[in-house]
Amino acid sequence: MIRIDSVTKRYPDGTVAVDRLSLDIPDRAITVFVGPSGCGKTTTLRMINRMIEPSEGTILIDGKDILKEPVNTLRRSMGYVIQNAGLFQHRTIIDNIATVPRLLGWDKARARDRARELMGRVGLDPALAKRYPYQLSGGQQQRVGVARALAADPPVLLMDEPFSAVDPIVRKGLQDELLRIQDELGKTIVFVTHDIDEAVKIGTKVAVMRTGGRLAQFAPPAELLTDPADAFVEDFLGADRGIRRLSFFPAAGLPLLTTPVVAVDATAEQIAARATPDVPYLLVTGLDGRPLGWGEPHTLTAGRIDPARLIGHGRPFEHATESLRAALDCAVLSPTGWAVAVGADGRVTGVVSQQTVAEAIRSAHAAAPADEKAAR
Amino acid sequence: MNVLHFIQQFFSDSAHWHGYDGIPTRLREHVQYSLIALGIAAAIGLPVGLVTGHTGRGGNSLALIATAARALPSFGLLVLMFVLLGLGHLPVMIPLVVLAVPPILVTTYEAMRSVDPSPVDAARGMGMAESRILFHVELPVALPLILSGLRSAAIQIVSTATIAAYVSLGGLGRYIVDGLYQRNYEKVVGGASLVAVLALVTLGFFWAVARLTVSPGVRRGH
Repeated sequence: MIRIDSVTKRYPDGTVAVDRLSLDIPDRAITVFVGPSGCGKTTTLRMINRMIEPSEGTILIDGKDILKEPVNTLRRSMGYVIQNAGLFQHRTIIDNIATVPRLLGWDKARARDRARELMGRVGLDPALAKRYPYQLSGGQQQRVGVARALAADPPVLLMDEPFSAVDPIVRKGLQDELLRIQDELGKTIVFVTHDIDEAVKIGTKVAVMRTGGRLAQFAPPAELLTDPADAFVEDFLGADRGIRRLSFFPAAGLPLLTTPVVAVDATAEQIAARATPDVPYLLVTGLDGRPLGWGEPHTLTAGRIDPARLIGHGRPFEHATESLRAALDCAVLSPTGWAVAVGADGRVTGVVSQQTVAEAIRSAHAAAPADEKAAR
Repeated sequence: MNVLHFIQQFFSDSAHWHGYDGIPTRLREHVQYSLIALGIAAAIGLPVGLVTGHTGRGGNSLALIATAARALPSFGLLVLMFVLLGLGHLPVMIPLVVLAVPPILVTTYEAMRSVDPSPVDAARGMGMAESRILFHVELPVALPLILSGLRSAAIQIVSTATIAAYVSLGGLGRYIVDGLYQRNYEKVVGGASLVAVLALVTLGFFWAVARLTVSPGVRRGH
C-alpha cells in the first residue's frame, strides 16, 4: 500500500500545488487521480517516485518512507509511463523495452527475451521489435511505453496521462488493454488523467482533486456517480452521470422475451402463434440465429420473408457481459423501442422493451450500492 | 594562362612532390595543425556544451562569450600572439582554437537543448543516473547536430590554418604566402586548391562519421 500522509508541495514562489493531501492507495488496484489542470494530480504522482520532493508530509510504501531509499533504487522499483510515451528514438523497440532490466544489470540476451515476452503481453506484433519509434503509430508507441514500464516486473506502475495524446478510438483500445493486463498482472497502478470518463472506466478508486491541490472526493467510481461529495465533484462529473452510472449495473439480470422472435423461414402457424397483441413487431433472425430486422406480423410472408423489407434492429447488446447502460442505449436507438439481446456468438437470445429496461434500472437503484462493482 | 593551367603546372612539377617543401610534407603539417587545434577546441567546447546543455544553465553567458570570440579577427589575433609570444606553435594554435570553440560550443549546447524532454523525463523516472541520461539518452539524439558543429569548426580551421605560414610555420599556407611573395601564381593557386581539397575531404570524413555513429532511428529528418 502507498500511504500519502498530509503531503504538501509548495514552490519557492509561494504556489501550493498539493495541499495537505492524505490518502491510501490500495495494492493491486487502479487508483486514478483526476481533476482540472493545476489541481496537483501530476505533482502528486511525481512525488511518489521523487521526481518532485514534497515540502511537508511523508509518503510510505508498505510502511517504508520513500525518502529513506536511494532515489534510483526507488524509481527502478516502479514502472513509469508518460503522456507521449517518451521512447528513446535512437533505440529499437526491443531495446527501449529492455531499458530497466539492463539498468538492473541483466545481460542483453535475457533482457531482450523479457522484452519480447512483454511485446506479446501488450499486444505488439513481434515483427516491430527491430523497428525504431518513428516507424510506429502513437498508439503503438504508447504500448511500447507500457511494456517498457512493465519490463522489470515492478509492483507499482505510475501512469501520467498516458493515453491523452491519442485519438478516442485508439484510447479506448489502450484502456481495454490496460484493464486486461491488470487482470493478468495485478499491479498497484496510480493513474493520472484529466478525463473523468477515463477515470470512471478504469479506476478501482478515483481521487477527484480540485484547483489548489485539495482532495475533493476519494471513492469507487460508482459511488462517485451516485453520491458526489459536493457541487464541484457533481459539476466535474458532468450532466449525464445518471446514465453513466448504469454502466455499473449488469444487463444479465434483464428478463428477456423469446416469443416475438421468428426465423426467416418461419411458417404461417409460427408467425401467427408468436404475434401477440402486446408485441406489435416480430424480430426476424437468419438461419444462423443472427438478427435481420423487425417486421409487423401481417406483413411477413410465411416461408419466404424478405429481409430487405424489414425495419432495422439497431445495435444489439451482449446480454451476459454488457451493462444496463448498453441495454438502454440499444432500446433507445432501436426504431421499434425494443432492444435485441445476443450471446457471445452473435445469436439472438431474446428481446427487451424500453419499459423492461426502465424497471430493471429502478430495481437496480433500489438494491444499490451492494454489488455495483461486480458489474465491471 | 588560366587557373586550371596553373593547377596543372603546379602538380605536374616533380619538384613539388619531394623534400621539406614538398606537397606530402606540407599536407602533413597542415593536417597536423588542424587536428591539434580541433582536438583542443573540442576538448573545451564539447564538455562545456554537453554539461550546460544538459543542465540548461549558463546558456546566456555562453552565447555572449561565443559571440565575442566570433568577432575576433583570426589574423589580427595571430599577429598579436606572435608579438606577445614570439615564434612557435602556440601563437598559431590560439587563434585557431578561438575560431573553432564557438561553433562547437554553441551547436553542442543547442543540440542538447533541442532534445525532446519527454524521453529524458522517462529515463529519469525509471531510475537512470544523470550521467547515463546525458550519454545514453540525450547525446545519441543530439549527435547529428553536434557533429555538424564539429564539422564547421574543422572546415574553418583547415582554411584558416594557412595563416600559420605568416609566422614562419609550415602547412599549405606556405605555398600561398611564398607564392605571393615570389609572384609565383602557379604556387599560389596550387596551394589554394590543396586547401580546398582538404576542406572537401574533411566534409567527407564527417559525413562518414555521421553514417557510422548516428542511429538510424535518429538519422531520419536530418
